[in-house]
Amino acid sequence: MTILTFTLILLAGAYLAGLVGSLTGLGGGVVVIPLLTLVFHVDIRYAIGAALLAAIANSSGAASAYVKEGITNIRLGMFLEIATTIGAVAGAVIAVYTPTNTIAILFGAILLFSAYMTIRKKNQEALTTGSKASLKLKLNSTYPTKDGEIAYQLKNVGAGFSIMTLAGVLSGLLGIGSGALKVLAMDSTMHIPFKVSTTTSNFMIGVTAAASAVIYLQRGYMDAGIAFPVVLGVLAGAFTGSKLLTRLDPKVLKYIFCLAISFVALEMIYNGYHHQF
Amino acid sequence: MKNIISKKAPADQDIEQLIGLQLRFGVIIASLIVLIGGLIYLKQFGALAVPHYHSFIGTKGGYTSLDEIFKGAYAANAKGIIELGVVALIITPILRIAFSLVGFIIEKDKLYIGITLTVLAIMMASIFGGLKI
Repeated sequence: MTILTFTLILLAGAYLAGLVGSLTGLGGGVVVIPLLTLVFHVDIRYAIGAALLAAIANSSGAASAYVKEGITNIRLGMFLEIATTIGAVAGAVIAVYTPTNTIAILFGAILLFSAYMTIRKKNQEALTTGSKASLKLKLNSTYPTKDGEIAYQLKNVGAGFSIMTLAGVLSGLLGIGSGALKVLAMDSTMHIPFKVSTTTSNFMIGVTAAASAVIYLQRGYMDAGIAFPVVLGVLAGAFTGSKLLTRLDPKVLKYIFCLAISFVALEMIYNGYHHQF
Repeated sequence: MKNIISKKAPADQDIEQLIGLQLRFGVIIASLIVLIGGLIYLKQFGALAVPHYHSFIGTKGGYTSLDEIFKGAYAANAKGIIELGVVALIITPILRIAFSLVGFIIEKDKLYIGITLTVLAIMMASIFGGLKI
């Protein structure tokens, strides 16, 4: 295969990954890693490098819209970024000592968990009385809805912060945004309304990914020939996905994709277990 | 339409707009650089066989330091230009932290100036900490 053919196929694959990632809410990076490793037999380290870049591009592109609408809780994001960046740096350091097969198995497990998280029930309720810590840290805020601004408060700040550290470690180790864990911390633990937790999670993914990306760049994980089609493809796919999302409610699509992704996850675990990475 | 009865400070909203713009331009500029580098890469090497990506060669692949990347891009080397776009992409969220810091300074929010500086410090440690290993 020539570089031109490889690039064009990868570009198309990355576009689909970005589209599916955006429609399911899983993120394009998560879909691009199995694509690169299982289909193209690329070393998982190159896949991780390219996926991290795709995560940064996606997060920054989408966050620009949400931030302008005033849904994102910037203070909350900034506060929790202390946890995710420390975690991400730790994850990138641990990655050197972790066998690639272990990384593949862990990746499969997180992918299964993420698929489950996207189809579970979401927290729509706004909490009216938060904890003392949330008040002290000025984390309570408002967000716009069709019926005007809704005020919300939050609780379990410490527990949320801890889960965020873990999300950071996994992000640094696996090269993904780990949006599912971030949403778990904010949505289920801190009781933040779903719309705020997803947009704030998205907002944080760029910074979290950048924290480990600088380490991976220096280690040679980001090969130009792979990074170029992956970044452009995923970004274009995610853009198409976000346009489609405003017109259709992909509930059925979401279930189908999550089921498909679960099979991919199992194949990653199977291959990792049989030392194929 | 912004809601008039919003409880957020006006400065908060200005900073939100600014951060939104900065993120968007960052991604657009980075993608354009990657695209230009990518097209040159395909023109120069498109007909060659795909490198052996199934074996990881790490830093031997080149362009793993800012110095190398800048020199490569300056010499109009395709991979150098792509990696320059990669650097621009990674810098985008880091710049966003710096913009937030400015916002909190304008608001005189001491707590969040401290928190933002902490995040920046972690990023700097990651960049200059020699964590290459």
